[in-house]
Amino acid sequence: MPIWDFIQTYGGQIVSGTLITCAQFLLASAVAVTVALVAGLGKLSRHLAVRGVATVYIEIFRGTSLLVQLYWIFFVLPLFGITLEKFWAGFLSVGLNVGAYGAELVRGAIRSVPKGQWEAAYALSMSPARRMRRIILPQAVQLMLPPWGNLLIELLKGTALVSLISVADLMFQAKQINASTFLSAQSFGIALVVYYVLARAILTPFMRWLERVMARRLGRA
Amino acid sequence: MTFNWNWAFTWEILPRLLHATVNTLLAAGIGYAIALVLGLLLALAQRTPWKPLTLVVRETIEFIRSTPLVLQIFFVFYVGPQFGIRLSPWVSGMIAIGLHYSAYLSEVYRAGIEAVPKGQWEACRAINMSTRDTYLRIIIPQALPPSVAGMGNYLVGIFKDTPMLSVIGVTELMHAANAIGSESYRFLEPYTLVGVIFLAISLPTAGLVRLFEGWVRRKLGL
Repeated sequence: MPIWDFIQTYGGQIVSGTLITCAQFLLASAVAVTVALVAGLGKLSRHLAVRGVATVYIEIFRGTSLLVQLYWIFFVLPLFGITLEKFWAGFLSVGLNVGAYGAELVRGAIRSVPKGQWEAAYALSMSPARRMRRIILPQAVQLMLPPWGNLLIELLKGTALVSLISVADLMFQAKQINASTFLSAQSFGIALVVYYVLARAILTPFMRWLERVMARRLGRA
Repeated sequence: MTFNWNWAFTWEILPRLLHATVNTLLAAGIGYAIALVLGLLLALAQRTPWKPLTLVVRETIEFIRSTPLVLQIFFVFYVGPQFGIRLSPWVSGMIAIGLHYSAYLSEVYRAGIEAVPKGQWEACRAINMSTRDTYLRIIIPQALPPSVAGMGNYLVGIFKDTPMLSVIGVTELMHAANAIGSESYRFLEPYTLVGVIFLAISLPTAGLVRLFEGWVRRKLGL
């Protein structure tokens, strides 16, 4: 079957898969950013208990595989009475996994903000929360945006695993098409290209743009 | 609520899981060996004077790095038979994971090679060293130590990505846990044990990598 006919026949399926992948990506990113901020700040906390919880979360999610976490959340959590719909289990697992890596970025970036900035905020008698929000975090965000760009590409790739708990994402549709046509090169090849385009033509330029915006807002551009 | 950890069942399946762990380690080891060698080749291929090669290799690396490994595994496994080449799950799995990580490792090497001071290159030129000797005796030995941290991270990374090989039927840890789950309808113990085994291996390995990195740095007086 010529590639053009292939796209005409299965284009709809590929587009719907791509949309699900995008939805999974956006939701998982939201989870990852939130969790990374909380765990990253938690790891810098003065309270031993908070630091302990953050460390345990980070080490568990960085020390095991995303696939193991996904299966555990989808198959084992229900035994504890927490049943998640597969779509939810998908983006939550990916988000929690990437969030653990992100937490280290957050922690590293906050600690790289020059000491003078902390002292100046202290001298102005800002409350710790206000100091974090208005002085430290904006500068930390600018520092950690480039590594977050890479991490979000990892996250996009991670969403392909949700197909294994039958979320109908791009990877899942590619497998379906392959199973019914045996045109593996076409079905998997197109999926590879779509992932590449999402990562390189959309995600990377977006992160570059975000870096420029942040630099300008901090008056560094 | 059917949360009841069954210890008898745990001891029953543990040997089987540990047996599969050997395969997981084997897969990670072979994949890593492929990636180490292929990654170096990819890094060196970008340094030839012939620009088109550099460009093609660069784009290939970007492509491999920004597409999902699990999709690449499927691709390698299923596309072969379409053209009459049959690869076993192990062979295609090793090709896919080795290729994927070689793209990452080539970036580590590249950074290492670029960090070698320019004077080293000039000195090699001045004493009329061949390109081969320049790389083998001067550049690569200096490029490797700063790359140790990155290389170690990807060793842990490749280990944690081996469960994806279960999708094409490589009989590693995740595959064994899935099999146990579908035979016994018990998921709590196998999946939890898999998680524990992964933690038990990856945390000490990450620690060892850090120690080794420190040792290399001290050895070089950095």
